[in-house]
Amino acid sequence: MSELKTGGQIIWESLIHEGVDVVFGLPGGAILPTYDDLYKYDYPVHHVLVTHEQGASHMADGYARATGRTGVCMATSGPGATNLVTGLATAYMDSTPVVAITGQVPRTLLGRDGFQEADIRAISMPVTKHNYLITDIRDLPDALKEAFYIARTGRPGPVLVDICKCVQQATMEFTYPTGVYLPGYRPNKLAPDADVIRRTAQLLNEAQRPVIVAGQGVSMARAEAELRQLAEKANIPVATSLLGVGTFPSTHPLSISWGGMHGEAYCNFALQECDVMFAIGARLDDRLTGAFSTFAPKARIIHVDLDPAEMGKNLTIDTPVIGDALLTLRALLPQVEANEHPAWLSQINEWRSESIQRDILTEETDELVAPYVMRQLWHATNQGDATIVTDVGQHQMWEAQYFNHTKPRSLLTSGGLGTMGYALPAAIGAQIGSPQEEIWVVAGDGGFQMTMPELSTVVQERLPIKMMIINNGYLGMVRQWQDVFYNKRYVGTPLVNPDFVKIAEAYGIPGRAVTDKGDVFEAIRQAQNTEGPFLLDFQVEEFTNVYPMVAPGKSNADMIRRGQPVEF
Amino acid sequence: MPNTEYRRHTVIAWLEDKPSVLNRVTGLFSRRNFNIESLNVGHSETPGVSRMTFVARGTERDLQQVTTQLDKLINVVHIADVTNEPAVVREMALIKVTADNRTRGEIMQLVDIYRASVVDVDMDSLIIQVVAPEGRVDSLIKLLENFGIEEMVRTGRVAMVRGASANGHRHGAKEWTAVDPVVVEKNGNGHRS
Repeated sequence: MSELKTGGQIIWESLIHEGVDVVFGLPGGAILPTYDDLYKYDYPVHHVLVTHEQGASHMADGYARATGRTGVCMATSGPGATNLVTGLATAYMDSTPVVAITGQVPRTLLGRDGFQEADIRAISMPVTKHNYLITDIRDLPDALKEAFYIARTGRPGPVLVDICKCVQQATMEFTYPTGVYLPGYRPNKLAPDADVIRRTAQLLNEAQRPVIVAGQGVSMARAEAELRQLAEKANIPVATSLLGVGTFPSTHPLSISWGGMHGEAYCNFALQECDVMFAIGARLDDRLTGAFSTFAPKARIIHVDLDPAEMGKNLTIDTPVIGDALLTLRALLPQVEANEHPAWLSQINEWRSESIQRDILTEETDELVAPYVMRQLWHATNQGDATIVTDVGQHQMWEAQYFNHTKPRSLLTSGGLGTMGYALPAAIGAQIGSPQEEIWVVAGDGGFQMTMPELSTVVQERLPIKMMIINNGYLGMVRQWQDVFYNKRYVGTPLVNPDFVKIAEAYGIPGRAVTDKGDVFEAIRQAQNTEGPFLLDFQVEEFTNVYPMVAPGKSNADMIRRGQPVEF
Repeated sequence: MPNTEYRRHTVIAWLEDKPSVLNRVTGLFSRRNFNIESLNVGHSETPGVSRMTFVARGTERDLQQVTTQLDKLINVVHIADVTNEPAVVREMALIKVTADNRTRGEIMQLVDIYRASVVDVDMDSLIIQVVAPEGRVDSLIKLLENFGIEEMVRTGRVAMVRGASANGHRHGAKEWTAVDPVVVEKNGNGHRS
């Protein structure tokens, strides 16, 4: 007979069984028994205290994206749990494996609106892959085992386990389950049907103007090398989705950057003109496609995805391929013929040159603009040997446009939910998961302030995170929409900012404000050469906007480009 | 090309009988903006598995979204759109209709024609039970409206495929739940090898 373990012990020992060595959290009444067991039994799990639970869920997300492992966050009942929700929704939209553990009021108080009671199972249902409410300790080991299994397998996603306080305090004989019984969930690695592969190869072989669209699914399947083989063998240009940035080196001659609302113009031209589109591990969302009915009008679309529900969700698909990206590419490669596509590639190169001529970086100006900062950051990081964690807004688009990502998982960003405040906490998670990596926060002045108190977590954990704020005094992207669609009526967008360098100093973090273009590179170097964290406040030109831009609900063919009068 | 005809589909889903499972299903309907006409849920032949029948309007592609999204729910064991399969499709209704000495006989005649039955008699009302395809239930209700319907409850459509269905399955829950647990290796965290 094995000894009796408390629910709290079972939680920690289950985490250890799953290989978890770090948990991001903040304690409170309903989760205290579990925290107490961490202290009493001195489990080898590092608890990172956060300043706000939203930070905990973003940290778990950033940890997971940077490492490919499952991130774990923990919070108490009620407000602790509801504060996790934004981070869970972020992880859900971008398919990040996260397990959230929350305390809940004791079973006898459930449903009585007791202090700090919130029905987090119901609240988190639409933003988690699955969730549990545990009211009986006998259900706890299976739930934890299943939670990790569900979070990381198939199309990954967040799973929440809500555990009543009385369950944490109860005891039982504990052995960690060796398997899961989930008859409704069988996420086997799918090798697609041979006929489908044949049809796919035939389409690609016959294509005159083929394009590959690669998404995050390629990186999740570790299929970057196979993707590159396919592109090089048949000379097919590769676009990525925003989350797919880094799956194909953007400096590769066949790279056509990324497409969509703020994608490169030449990429959008290529997507609109292609005759066969091979989309793999990308869910083809509205930010990439523009108005669904207008996207890639001449193309027969092959869509490869693990998730059958993505097939035809947004677009009419010619050839749906349900399967793992790696297995699909492996099956496909021998059947795809070598090809040149000279006319198509030279057409794309013409578009590319035209795009470069219009680019903001070719303009001679002394103004400090963010695209310049991003390109300097790329140079300073030995041409992209760093992980950049961005927030959401103009700076996010500029980063993705001008920092030429060449490594998988080197851009962490909230693509689906578009969560401002993501960057700093996600970078903390990423740095803890990859201690040797150079990690940069790239945030706007608006978003940075949403989760700025996590600076204390940076200091507490002694993390050498480098931070840059693209400070234009506005909620820039919202202001840009007001410029274009609301006749410059700047309601709610001008910001009254603190002195960010002084804020950093208050936390004991050195910082520097930069206003001159000539100082950019040297300032980045100073941040890199300073041991520990550093904050750069780039006070950029206020009214620079991101181009190209596709108005929501419009076709990618109708881009607003730099220097073009805006008519709406 | 997928069938683009907009019509009613009958879908059967087998659900693990776990807490909140119905909440998950209906929450998904509302979140994904699926239009559900009727929904019926109850025990299946297999302990621990509930069987849900629902009717949704849409094109083939709409319904493919409904079924693939539902299938992603962990507690949904199996799902089948049986619209194009030969199936017994029924609905039950209880209808309390105003009836006095003058009208009772006429109502009883209708009940007979519709192979419905009278399950309760009061001085001034009857409760009629009818089990039939929805169209026939509709038409009986229409006739009974002439006498005055005081109360009514309908179960929504339930369906069962005749014999063995097209793909050879018999659509029982056992074949999907009688699976071995998946063995997950220790320290399985992380999917990179």
